[in-house]
Amino acid sequence: MSTETTTTQAVTRDQPAPSGFAWSSLKQFNTVFILAVLLIGSSLVSSDFMTGPNISNISRQVAGIGIMSMGMLLVVLTGGIDLSVGSVAAVASVTTSMLIPEYGLTVAILAGLLAGAICGTVNGVLISRFRLSAFVVTLAMMTIARGVALIVSKGAPVLVDEMGQALLDFGRDTWFGIPQPTVLMLLVFVLGFVFLRYMRAGRLVRAIGSNEEAVRLSGVSVGRYALIAYVVSGICAAAAGIVSVARAGVGSPTVGVGDELTVIAAVVIGGASLMGGRGTVLNTLVGVLVLGIISNIMNLTGVPGYHQQVVMGLIIVVAILAQRSSNASHH
Amino acid sequence: MATSKDLSVRPLLTLAGISKNFGGVQALRGVDFDVRAGEVHALVGENGAGKSTMMKIIAGNHSPSAGTIHLEGEEMRFRSPHDALVRGIALIHQETALAPDLTVAENVMICHLPGFIRWGELYDRAAKLIKSLGFDINPAAPVSSLSAAHRQIVEIAKALSLNVKMLVLDEPTASLAPSDANRLLDIVRDLRKRGVAIVYISHRLQEVFAIADRITVLKDGEKVSTVTPSEVDMDGLIRLMVGRPLAALFPKREGVAIGGVLLKVDGLTRKGAVDNVSLVVHAGEVVGIGGLIGSGRTELVRLIFGADRADSGTVSIDGRAVTPKSTGAGVAAGIGLVPEDRKGQGTVLSLPIRVNSTMARLSDVSAIGFLRLPRERQTVAQLMKSLQIKARDMDADVSTLSGGNQQKVVLAKWFHAQGRVIILDEPTRGVDVGAKAEIYALINTLAAQGMAIVVVSSEHSELMGLCDRILVMGGGILRGQLDPADYSEEAIVAMSLGHSKAEAPLNAARVA
Repeated sequence: MSTETTTTQAVTRDQPAPSGFAWSSLKQFNTVFILAVLLIGSSLVSSDFMTGPNISNISRQVAGIGIMSMGMLLVVLTGGIDLSVGSVAAVASVTTSMLIPEYGLTVAILAGLLAGAICGTVNGVLISRFRLSAFVVTLAMMTIARGVALIVSKGAPVLVDEMGQALLDFGRDTWFGIPQPTVLMLLVFVLGFVFLRYMRAGRLVRAIGSNEEAVRLSGVSVGRYALIAYVVSGICAAAAGIVSVARAGVGSPTVGVGDELTVIAAVVIGGASLMGGRGTVLNTLVGVLVLGIISNIMNLTGVPGYHQQVVMGLIIVVAILAQRSSNASHH
Repeated sequence: MATSKDLSVRPLLTLAGISKNFGGVQALRGVDFDVRAGEVHALVGENGAGKSTMMKIIAGNHSPSAGTIHLEGEEMRFRSPHDALVRGIALIHQETALAPDLTVAENVMICHLPGFIRWGELYDRAAKLIKSLGFDINPAAPVSSLSAAHRQIVEIAKALSLNVKMLVLDEPTASLAPSDANRLLDIVRDLRKRGVAIVYISHRLQEVFAIADRITVLKDGEKVSTVTPSEVDMDGLIRLMVGRPLAALFPKREGVAIGGVLLKVDGLTRKGAVDNVSLVVHAGEVVGIGGLIGSGRTELVRLIFGADRADSGTVSIDGRAVTPKSTGAGVAAGIGLVPEDRKGQGTVLSLPIRVNSTMARLSDVSAIGFLRLPRERQTVAQLMKSLQIKARDMDADVSTLSGGNQQKVVLAKWFHAQGRVIILDEPTRGVDVGAKAEIYALINTLAAQGMAIVVVSSEHSELMGLCDRILVMGGGILRGQLDPADYSEEAIVAMSLGHSKAEAPLNAARVA
């Protein structure tokens, strides 16, 4: 009898809840703890680790993944997933680099971002309006966008000429000692933080992932906010693609292969729930850094590439187990 | 009745002193019950009387908190439904538990599937079992292609494939058309003749009279009595089911002026759920909607609010046609719905009180897309004070609150949304008595402010204590209206069953 099961739930839920302070600090604890352990461990393992150039290098390397992770966090908060981010990055990468000679840098960048927004809109409309599974829709977009990037570029990398010098400078230069792509990533995270905490749409994105039906029965058109999440994810992926052009000096249709998995891993290591509703901006940033540092230290210590993949997978499992044990101690 | 049994025959199954607690809620209290081979023993009672819990204890889904179960004289403790099944007790659910994509034959023989399937033989055996029930269903058809009636048959055939001694049927005819229901009753009679013991749970009292050898009435988790159909008539049975004193929980409403028509519903229809319902609710009025579960009450209020779309019909507020096509339109039109499932639909449990209580009118606490958090805190503090929501603070997650306080958060949401019509579906389900009285007082406050209130409830005493009028639904249509002078639980149940005194009961003798 349904009333009875809800009553039993009510009883367990009515047990005294831990104070909010203790709980929120516990939630923060795990990801930050993992990061701290990593930093200390890494500097012990390799003397090259805690050096200015290396730290700067890591932060530059994670910029693209970080930007995509912010978009992915929004999608994951709604209870969805976006597998197309790596391919969308490639579309933006070739779009921007091919348009630079003819239309100039500004237009080219805007066109790249627009391409990402279009991909995100298609994802979002199919998922929120036609109620298709996010996994399937974005899986399809993943291969379609990759194909489009290959078709448009005829499968070859596109060199950025002097018209795009400012973009290449952006990829190399620093701003008060911080690589500019890293600054962009941090800016994206700040925007994400403001969006989720201080904006109406941000609050509803999170609420939908917690209980879509309750939000709908409050008179909110839930489809609109799911759509927003996918559009933002598309734009973030495009921005990451353009950052890759800045760093490599070429637009490439093969950039970002497999990035969707790294990005999802970062979000999940940051404690977000793939069921939606749970996850924070700060912890997602930590998740991104954790993955970046692990990859870096394995390079520094000469772990072969194939082995790195195995280690990376193990780290993800360990991180999730740590997350879960912190949740278990809560409940 | 149909069979004259020697009542001294030892029962197949005996339950003695069965109690069951769920957390703090006592669902069953010291119930005795027994079934003999070749007997149909009906179990009746209002929603929440404990029928389903009884059934689940018999079938091994729940184990009792106290009491004993004897099967053929031997004491038993069923640890799982499978445990009960191997001892010959099968439960046929209201919603059938079949694998929809497998064939009829696979479902029927699912407990006997060999490692290597010879399809011809499988089809033959399944077809034979179904034939023995007087039906002809293609054993190769996928179950998903069958009608509700045929699925019931497949389910019964599956139980027969196990040579069960006892069948528990939970509302087997709820989803069947009358002709199919009659065929099902024939099957039950046939099984009885074969010596199967049958526990029959149904809201359809005519059926119960037509088929039962004995009837046990449950109320509030206790056994009222066990009778034979010849000992009581329909009215007597209904009185046994509902006769309890009215709780004195309801504040008197005095000096509330009933205004003009605020909510008007005209011919609202959604296929298979609600059929051509029209009603009006005046400003300041509290109108109840009664009827048994599945009578279309919840479906009706969801249509009015815009949670589901009506096939036809109109809804107007204050003379203005609104007929919401979405929940957003419903809220914009000034309608608020407190849904029946508080945890699943009413609140976002993992979010704070603050976020939940402003969700229906975020525009009030935001500007150009940005939230005005100080203003929101101020607003919510006021809401919590006026609704007496007890919580650590407004940032406590709703999941940490008691049921009554959770429901008050849902009410706070509609207070804040400034709706003019508030619909409450089962507003006090799973709420303790003290909080119930507070929620009733809040409902009266809303009405006194000139809102139109609609209350859907399975608790008849709640409807009678709270409402100025009660509309009674049954089978998706509005069966009638009761004014306070005519209030009685018997009247509500009888009206919902389409069994007002004016109508003649189904001729039991003819069916039997």
